[in-house]
Amino acid sequence: MMRKGIVLGLTAAMVLSLTACGGGKTETTKAQEETSGGKSSFSVAMITDTGGINDQSFNQSAWEGLTELKNKTGAEVNYIESKQASDFVTNLERLGDSGANLLWGVGYACADAVLEAAGSNPDIQYAIIDNAYENTPSNVTGVMFRAQEPSFLVGYVAGRTTQTGKVGFVGGISSGLIDQFQYGFEAGVKYAAKELGKDIDISVQYAESFSDAAKGKAIAARMYSDGCDVIYHAAGGTGTGVIEAAKEADKWVIGVDRDQAYLAPENVLTSALKLVGKAVQEVSEEAMNGKEIGGQTLTFGLQEDCVGIPEEHGNMAEGVYEDTLKVKDKIKNGELTPPTTKEEYEAFIAK
Amino acid sequence: MDKAIKILKKPLTMTLIAVFFGFIVAGIILAAAGYPPVHSLSVLFDGVFSSPKHISNVIIKSTPIILTGIGVAFAFKTGLFNIGAEGQFIMGCVASTVVGILFDFPPVIQIPLVVLAGVAAGALYGGIAGFLKAKFGIHEVLTSIMLNWIALYFSNYICTLNRFHKPDTIGTYPINRSGYTMILGNYKTTEAGKAALAQNEFLRSTVLKTDVNVGIIIAVILAVFIWFLLYKTAKGFELRAVGFNKSAAEFSGIYVNKNILHSMLISGAICGLAASLYITGNSPHGIATLAAFENTGFNGLSVCLIAASSPIGCIFAGLLFGGLIYGGQSLQYEVGAPSEIINIVIGVIVFFVALTRIIPPLVDRFSKGGKKHA
Repeated sequence: MMRKGIVLGLTAAMVLSLTACGGGKTETTKAQEETSGGKSSFSVAMITDTGGINDQSFNQSAWEGLTELKNKTGAEVNYIESKQASDFVTNLERLGDSGANLLWGVGYACADAVLEAAGSNPDIQYAIIDNAYENTPSNVTGVMFRAQEPSFLVGYVAGRTTQTGKVGFVGGISSGLIDQFQYGFEAGVKYAAKELGKDIDISVQYAESFSDAAKGKAIAARMYSDGCDVIYHAAGGTGTGVIEAAKEADKWVIGVDRDQAYLAPENVLTSALKLVGKAVQEVSEEAMNGKEIGGQTLTFGLQEDCVGIPEEHGNMAEGVYEDTLKVKDKIKNGELTPPTTKEEYEAFIAK
Repeated sequence: MDKAIKILKKPLTMTLIAVFFGFIVAGIILAAAGYPPVHSLSVLFDGVFSSPKHISNVIIKSTPIILTGIGVAFAFKTGLFNIGAEGQFIMGCVASTVVGILFDFPPVIQIPLVVLAGVAAGALYGGIAGFLKAKFGIHEVLTSIMLNWIALYFSNYICTLNRFHKPDTIGTYPINRSGYTMILGNYKTTEAGKAALAQNEFLRSTVLKTDVNVGIIIAVILAVFIWFLLYKTAKGFELRAVGFNKSAAEFSGIYVNKNILHSMLISGAICGLAASLYITGNSPHGIATLAAFENTGFNGLSVCLIAASSPIGCIFAGLLFGGLIYGGQSLQYEVGAPSEIINIVIGVIVFFVALTRIIPPLVDRFSKGGKKHA
């Protein structure tokens, strides 16, 4: 009896652990259609970070970019999902073996792995999203986004929208990357405050996680009850909790990376877009056309139309969207330079 | 006929039959999902066997789950269900990483130190569940499930500390190089080493391009040692006696509670060993912020189940499981099956192995029925 119980327990545990593997993914994407039509000699592949291919964020966006590339040019595209950090190098090696010409590592978590793989496969071109190396090897391309630019825009929108004079920022794990979002946003808010001639408070808090929705929700709920009426998040999966809290408190929230309006159509004011897929597609296409892309870090921003805010602006007050577009033009033509670090931010508001 | 029945009743044959049927059902599922079954399965096998590099990677991938499998099997023999293997593994990773970053001795001291730290952390963590069970009779499944979560968040906390957190990443720094246990680890990063290894195709793909490490050797030695401990020593007899029948064991003068504590300590230590060998032998040689369990410990439960709790069996079951996980990825990029399908395939195979326990009664009924009519 005892043994039977244990066996049952074991089986149950197994089922649990196996479902845990696939947790959080609902859609099934067909990884690649038959590679029959339009055989191309160029093959591009990517590895996801541990978020998986349906992460509603940059992995998914990168894959959409590659799919687009395939439809447009007939290049062969492919991906492997990474389940843990030790998979990165293995997966890159695997795709390298299968004859890929260009390999993408999505997310800065893959940075060291890309460097390692690039070191042992000098004949394959690598590229990485959200990472700039100090010394970029000749077969590696860093791809960065000027995330401060859309963050500045949404900051401006937040500043124009807030009634209470208090807005919030929820970050994932503090890093140079998320600093771009934070200081860009803060500068945007202050810019709007200056324009309106009033003071706007910004509370900033980090969740120390990109995946803890419960924590994101708790932080946001606290901010809302402290009087914030607009919160911007740059926290990946943690941010879904922030949006959840906005729904419950019926306050404004600003999405990130993709247009997150579908998560809470009534409460998402706007989103700071970071079109990873577009950059992936463009860089891949350049490599495909034989352009030398290695040994450097490419940055994408408003100028390249790889960041921005969605056109949909039904939740914004009259005129705010139009004014935001003016700010956008100022950034584009260099009149305004949104800050990316604390020092730059302090210099910016001192002006 | 009798001979055939005897062979059929052997655990090994039963497991092999189960694996075989598992693959058949997996094929049916693949077909139902719209992927060509025969081609898919052959891709799966190719993904494991088609190159020395793949085999090398499967071994690397299998090593930690073989060890956690042995850990779970050990506790199982004492009648304890160590579902806390996951937490013990995580704590082992944390301890190894912390010690490996803080200290930088020459390899002869550093490696044992880092490994011991992991083993000790795993043992202590397993020991908590064992102590609570022995002292207060709290079921080890409950406590260790909770302890798993504590370990997860503790690990994430360590990742946030300035001393360990590598800026602009989601994880910690790697441990100091002196703690690495890859075979020819330092040699292959030098230009001379790269050139020398690249000359031999076999070495190039197995050693240069993978994190091949000493873990598997230790896993095999440990499996034999645990088998010896369980079946050839007085202590092992005590532990197993407690597992068979607690009351009888107590009646015959065995300290049941002491053995429960010991069993969990050792089981945890083995999971901790799995962790420290994983940290020292696999890039990124550190811990990363975890969104969910990475399942190294939970997969150990499956391995233990496939192996019918035999420590030696865990080696082969672990290799099978590791092969399925690693080979399964080629399903993703060659056939286009999403990773969920691969998990289902793995699940089906394990499920069938769990079902093997119904084969002996079936065989008995079949043979008895046959005799009646004869």
